[in-house]
Amino acid sequence: MTRNHTAPALAAGAPPARKPKTSAAQRRAVLLFVAPFGLLFLAFYAVPIVFAIVQSLLTVERKGTFGPPQQVFGGFVQYQQVFQNTEFWESVGRVLLFGVVQVPIMLGLALLFALLLDSPLLKGKKFFRLAFFAPYAVPGVIAAIMWGFLYSPSLSPFGAVTSQVNFLSADLVLWAIANIVTWVYVGYNMLIIYSSLLAIPTEIYEAAKLDGASNLQIAWRIKIPLVVPAIILTGVFSIIGTLQLLAEPQTLRSFSSAISSTFTPNLAVYTTASVPNYSLAAAFSVVLALATFVLSFVFLKATQRKVSQ
Amino acid sequence: MSAATAVTTTKKTNTSAGNPRGPRQSIMSRGAAMLIMGVFTLYFLTPIWWLLVSSSKSGGDVTGTAPLWFTPDSIPTFFANLGNLFTYSDGVFGRWLLNSALYAGLGALLGTVIAAMCGYALAKYEFRGREAIFNVVLSGVLVPATALALPLFLIFSQVKLTNTLWAVFLPSLVSPFGVYLARIYAAASVPTELLEAARLDGSSEARTFFTVSTRLMAPALVTIFLFQFVAIWNNFFLPLIMLRDQALFPVTLGLYAWNSQISQIPELRVLVIVGALVSILPLIATFLGLQRFWSSGLGAGSVK
Repeated sequence: MTRNHTAPALAAGAPPARKPKTSAAQRRAVLLFVAPFGLLFLAFYAVPIVFAIVQSLLTVERKGTFGPPQQVFGGFVQYQQVFQNTEFWESVGRVLLFGVVQVPIMLGLALLFALLLDSPLLKGKKFFRLAFFAPYAVPGVIAAIMWGFLYSPSLSPFGAVTSQVNFLSADLVLWAIANIVTWVYVGYNMLIIYSSLLAIPTEIYEAAKLDGASNLQIAWRIKIPLVVPAIILTGVFSIIGTLQLLAEPQTLRSFSSAISSTFTPNLAVYTTASVPNYSLAAAFSVVLALATFVLSFVFLKATQRKVSQ
Repeated sequence: MSAATAVTTTKKTNTSAGNPRGPRQSIMSRGAAMLIMGVFTLYFLTPIWWLLVSSSKSGGDVTGTAPLWFTPDSIPTFFANLGNLFTYSDGVFGRWLLNSALYAGLGALLGTVIAAMCGYALAKYEFRGREAIFNVVLSGVLVPATALALPLFLIFSQVKLTNTLWAVFLPSLVSPFGVYLARIYAAASVPTELLEAARLDGSSEARTFFTVSTRLMAPALVTIFLFQFVAIWNNFFLPLIMLRDQALFPVTLGLYAWNSQISQIPELRVLVIVGALVSILPLIATFLGLQRFWSSGLGAGSVK
């Protein structure tokens, strides 16, 4: 994905044949520019990952029944536990179901709004753009608190609905969370797709317009294919976000008893870590990070192949 | 190309509409478009409106009165609620706001500078290991931040720094996505000829970066800043797992803590509602104020 983005611009800017050799001053500058990020990345990204893997390979042992607990190397003991932990896999299944339903709805809406903003049909575009984007400024915790009040049968301004349908029940609470996430992120995804639409030179569809193509045809046959990279980007971020769900369900727990302490994988990590069983929690984290990485990577590859065909 | 030809063939079946933006078709689709956008405007704004209205009610009135409209004494009640919010428990809410401003404001500012320098170097210099570094950074984009929270906690507890502001502040500085965006934008917007001219003029590399290149990269920098600001402001897992001391909480964690005590302390409900409103205002204000910049920088990450 990335090479395609940058390579042409680089090549156009700097023909390598003509470029003078990198001087010592430039090498020093590179070091100066890269070092701060490099060190921080090492300390707060790379080392924690290694640390999590190491921790996940440890296990607690006691000498005798009442001896002091000691951490010893346990190999894949924790991972055996991870794979036997039905609550964890239920939570993974839950967020996957969530993602399969919520991500397409959210991105579909975002694409629809972006196309409408880009079409000549709409007046007051600036207003809509801001109104739809405003929820993005609401942190997940606050959004969950707000919607928690709106859902709760006794407090909601929509009492007529919430007294009939209990959105916080075990059957519906996952979709109540899906609605909160959609509410927060549609506008953000809409803006990413919209700015990608704005970057399309208008000449591309001027011709089609002169030929009498309708707005719908232009949207479907010209605009959507051209914004596929933006949609892929939003898709990857949505997948990552879905697997990481934590703030919304954790906050809604004070409104609904239907959310267990292992409702999402990250809640399971948090609950296990506060036992405290750091090794098992670390193993959960490693499995979750790996799953996220693989899933978003596969998604990128799969969509790229489709695009290049 | 194929799209264009496909459209020209449909023209023949569509000749009756000599003017593609003919009045009848146009009114219909305009109406439909406005209707869709209108309905969703209600969806997006009603919860925020409810929050605003509820902030101007006393505890009993939140449920007893019309939920989406003000009461006659809304204005004095609103200010009374605000007063309670900032004095409750020795004014801890104000402390939380300041903490969030520090974590998110300073963190995003420093994080942006750091990411911009790295992305710029990756775009404008040729050196060994450049692609390797970029690939590592990119895999960093795909690593979920929450997966790092627990190991970070374990590391910080080794050096006895959990429950300090550093535990939240330092990890927030790293933004691989910022580096990615900065590299793409620097490659597209900083001409190499300009850098060479600056070199001939005797300007040092660092000076060229801070005086010339950052100006050319400004829209991307504002975008990186904003999104890192939001990411830190919204971050929940890291402070949740790191902090015990209420005085160090960011505002989201503080409101979360209050919200989970409502069943024991019912008067907190009004404070949570007013506090929620107060805590989203700085973000909305920042976004509105910087709109000009981010709306042009946002697309950079995905445009081919």
